[in-house]
Amino acid sequence: MTQTLKTKVLIIGAGTGGYVAGIRCGQLGLETVLVDASPGLGGTCLNVGCIPSKAIIHAAGKFETVAKAAGDGTLGITASTPAIDLSKTVEWKDGVVRKLNAGVAALLKKAKVKVVKGWADFSDAKTCTVKTDDGDIRITAEHVILATGSEPVELPFLPFGGDVISSTEALSLPEVPKKLVVVGGGYIGLELGIAFRKLGSEVAIVEMAERILPLYDKALTDPVAKWLEKHGVQLLLGARAGGFGDGKLNVTDRDGNPMQLDADKVLVTVGRRARTKGWGLENMGVAMNGPFVKIDNRCATSMKNVWAIGDLTGEPMLAHKGSAQGEVVAEIIAGHDRVFDPTTIAAVCFTEPEIVSAGLGPDDVKGRDDVIQAVFPFAAIGRALAIEAGEDGGFVRVIASKADHRLLGVQAVGQHVSELSNSFAQMLEMGAVLEDVAGTIHVHPTLGEAFHEASLRALGHAIHI
Amino acid sequence: MGRYVFKLPDVGEGTAEAELVGWHVKVGDTVAEDQIVADVMTDKATVELTSPVAGVVTALHGEPGQMMAVRGPLAEFEVEGEGNAADKPAPAPVAAAPEPAPVAVEAPKAEAAAAPVAVAGANHVFKLPDVGEGTAEAELVGWHVKVGDAVQEDQILAEVMTDKATVELTSPVSGVVVALHGEAGQQIAVGGPLVSFKVEGKGNVAEAPAAAPAPAAKAEKAAPAPVAAPAAKPAAAPKADAKPVPALTGRQPGERPLASPAVRNRARDLGIDLVFVPGSGPAGRIEHADLDAFVARGGTFAPATASGGSLYAKAEGANEVRIIGLRRKIAEKMAESVRRIPHITYVEDIDMTAVEELRAHLNAQNKGTGKAKLNVLPFIARAIVVALKDQPNINATYDDEAGVLTQHNAVHLGIAAQTPNGLMVPVVRHAEARDAYDTAEEIARVSSAAKDGSAKREELSGSTITITSLGTLGGVVHTPIINHPEVAIVGPNKIEERVVVRNGQMVVRKMMNLSSSFDHRIVDGHDAAVFVQKIKNLLENPATLWMN
Repeated sequence: MTQTLKTKVLIIGAGTGGYVAGIRCGQLGLETVLVDASPGLGGTCLNVGCIPSKAIIHAAGKFETVAKAAGDGTLGITASTPAIDLSKTVEWKDGVVRKLNAGVAALLKKAKVKVVKGWADFSDAKTCTVKTDDGDIRITAEHVILATGSEPVELPFLPFGGDVISSTEALSLPEVPKKLVVVGGGYIGLELGIAFRKLGSEVAIVEMAERILPLYDKALTDPVAKWLEKHGVQLLLGARAGGFGDGKLNVTDRDGNPMQLDADKVLVTVGRRARTKGWGLENMGVAMNGPFVKIDNRCATSMKNVWAIGDLTGEPMLAHKGSAQGEVVAEIIAGHDRVFDPTTIAAVCFTEPEIVSAGLGPDDVKGRDDVIQAVFPFAAIGRALAIEAGEDGGFVRVIASKADHRLLGVQAVGQHVSELSNSFAQMLEMGAVLEDVAGTIHVHPTLGEAFHEASLRALGHAIHI
Repeated sequence: MGRYVFKLPDVGEGTAEAELVGWHVKVGDTVAEDQIVADVMTDKATVELTSPVAGVVTALHGEPGQMMAVRGPLAEFEVEGEGNAADKPAPAPVAAAPEPAPVAVEAPKAEAAAAPVAVAGANHVFKLPDVGEGTAEAELVGWHVKVGDAVQEDQILAEVMTDKATVELTSPVSGVVVALHGEAGQQIAVGGPLVSFKVEGKGNVAEAPAAAPAPAAKAEKAAPAPVAAPAAKPAAAPKADAKPVPALTGRQPGERPLASPAVRNRARDLGIDLVFVPGSGPAGRIEHADLDAFVARGGTFAPATASGGSLYAKAEGANEVRIIGLRRKIAEKMAESVRRIPHITYVEDIDMTAVEELRAHLNAQNKGTGKAKLNVLPFIARAIVVALKDQPNINATYDDEAGVLTQHNAVHLGIAAQTPNGLMVPVVRHAEARDAYDTAEEIARVSSAAKDGSAKREELSGSTITITSLGTLGGVVHTPIINHPEVAIVGPNKIEERVVVRNGQMVVRKMMNLSSSFDHRIVDGHDAAVFVQKIKNLLENPATLWMN
């Protein structure tokens, strides 16, 4: 017996896009049903992405600190050589995730959003059938918000399974692999590769491009490359991975020479693709934009009252983009006039050291003579030195318009700089000029002073350099 | 004090030049901002040009009757502050073009107007006209003439290509080609010079404007050189051409206005496009106060150019909407019906006073009994059912390919219903076997099923005649399209009180028009009229609806 359900808003996917849209819909008094098949609400980000990876990275950092103390002990701390039981780390990480799962569920409940657990299958743009434990439910809605997210890309010659793993499995390994080969030197591969290096794995990274993190400019990624080199991570650039068997991964290096890398685990992180298959998207009549669902600046698809947000709609695939779109769509459905037109969506890489980029980068303004660029190194920031964050080549860089000094972009690389990302985004989004940053008293002693100093430097009067 | 050169603004799409009709000012006049300076006429309209600045007129370029190039200099002013042109243009014509010729060719966009035009002996310059909507430049594909050629008016000069099409450009004049500006493959800015001619008589490059490059105070014909009006252009063109808007908001066209998210959202809520709002903050940032001021001014700029400002954004582009799903079905079905069926539409007015009285009575009487509330449709449905008894041809479906008309004994009544997705026609089966309440309930049931998408296939097909009611929206008459392969459709219009004449008296009655279409291949006009008159008769005497 198929139950039927009619609602004002139907949201597919409880990731950071979908659940935020759901809560906002609830706040606006829209009757809302949210469908998600995962055991825990929160989508990729919360279950197998941003949050658990940050937990593992945090644990790895703590482990490294203790391990360092056991070695040369710069800080005067002595400790015996630490050991790690990764299964316990994973248990702790799972606890964090569960707490957040429950938090999302509570927030949705408070917003009176009905959550249906199961896999949705659309028969037309406004109707889907969800297979749940209690039988099929047919849901029809006036508005549909598609927030199905993305999934890891699989290499045909390196299918996931056994010791070939995606980021999802890498976050729940029972023990630290002795030898880990990461295929793909983007941010996911590097974040995890670096974490496992800190945990004691021997790590090799195979990347097709000529440098790691090819989406960031070279100056930003150099400190990361330096860290990898210093910590003995084998970096194979311009190289292609092949098949895997008997604990060996075939690789062709940049000169075309075949070689083999020993690997207990092969972590494939070659990108993510929009989840467009398996839920009846093809029956909805929405136009596509390459592999993504095509949307306009209101997140409207080509089908009336069908909206799409988050990774499904294209780059940048960032949780905070999806949430922001979710809020916009909820407000539009509630009758407000809104568009999604941010000045910037800052992106962060939790590598060692961390990378932040907001707005235009040097590659975007290459050849332009109407911009000012200024860099300020963390080596000249007292706080950075006091927390061992001044020696890795980190800096803050501002790019501004020469004519009117308006801020066009801000980037940083260095330990803990992820926390500066919002300061950068705020200034850009508020339409600040260099003088605004310069005129904001930045707290001493903090890493954020580097942003202040970089802006002063762009104006020609940095203090501490 | 500065010199300000006012150039002929773009006065309409596709016009590269305009005729100067007359001056409203003369040299030495003090003009206020927004004061009318001149009238110009394009092939479309006469336009009054207002001064963008306040100042003293120091030079007027051109005489009434002369064709002026768009973006060519029109008048010069001495203004407070800086102005937009070099204060003391070099007196020598050659120096007036700051770049040597080859350089200008390399940078056609900004300086195209500069040196090449300063060709000795040329007195007519043909500028690249607007070759298509939204194109700011076009690629020169090839020349059909060379320097020294004598060309006739309308002779092909060159081919240019936009992203849309290749266009042949013909000569607007007869004359001798003195210079070609540009090479094949080069991008030429619209409005930029393309060919310089030597023509008989006065060309479009007037002698008088030669004064332009001369010191502003001297407006007389100072320089006898052939370097004409356009020579004045290089002095100011690169700056002023690049920034048509600055006088208004200080922003380049296409530049994103600088504003915080709160200001952006507030502007959106106010329906204001920030593109038009001048910003007073650093780097032209728009603050809340700027928005307040903009609203207080009634959403206008400080008046600046002839075209003035508007609160409303210009709409750009077009949306392509793919017609798919139900919409496509509707489109196909409508086209099919109109293509196949020669429609005859017959309209009659019906006095519904009696029906309305009966309906009000029944509804009042049934209050609280749980019986369906009656609207007018069950009565019309019943009238159709009764009328059809005598005219089986009308309750029929016609297969014109097989040449068979199928007369149906049952009346399955299609009810045209607007759903969120579009028009659907749910079906009330066996209307002949239903009483008014049953009919009312069934109409409500199938309509709401169609609206919420839960209607089953059999509830959406098999009708033998259709009712299409637009009455709730008002309207006097409509010409319904038959729900093919049916042969008739009945469309009640709004019931309203009208003055009619009864027994020689004007009385107010509740009148309704009934607009019905028939397939004229099957139903003759006479039969259609009989059918509709029968319905009229039944509805005007509602007791008879259930008497046989």
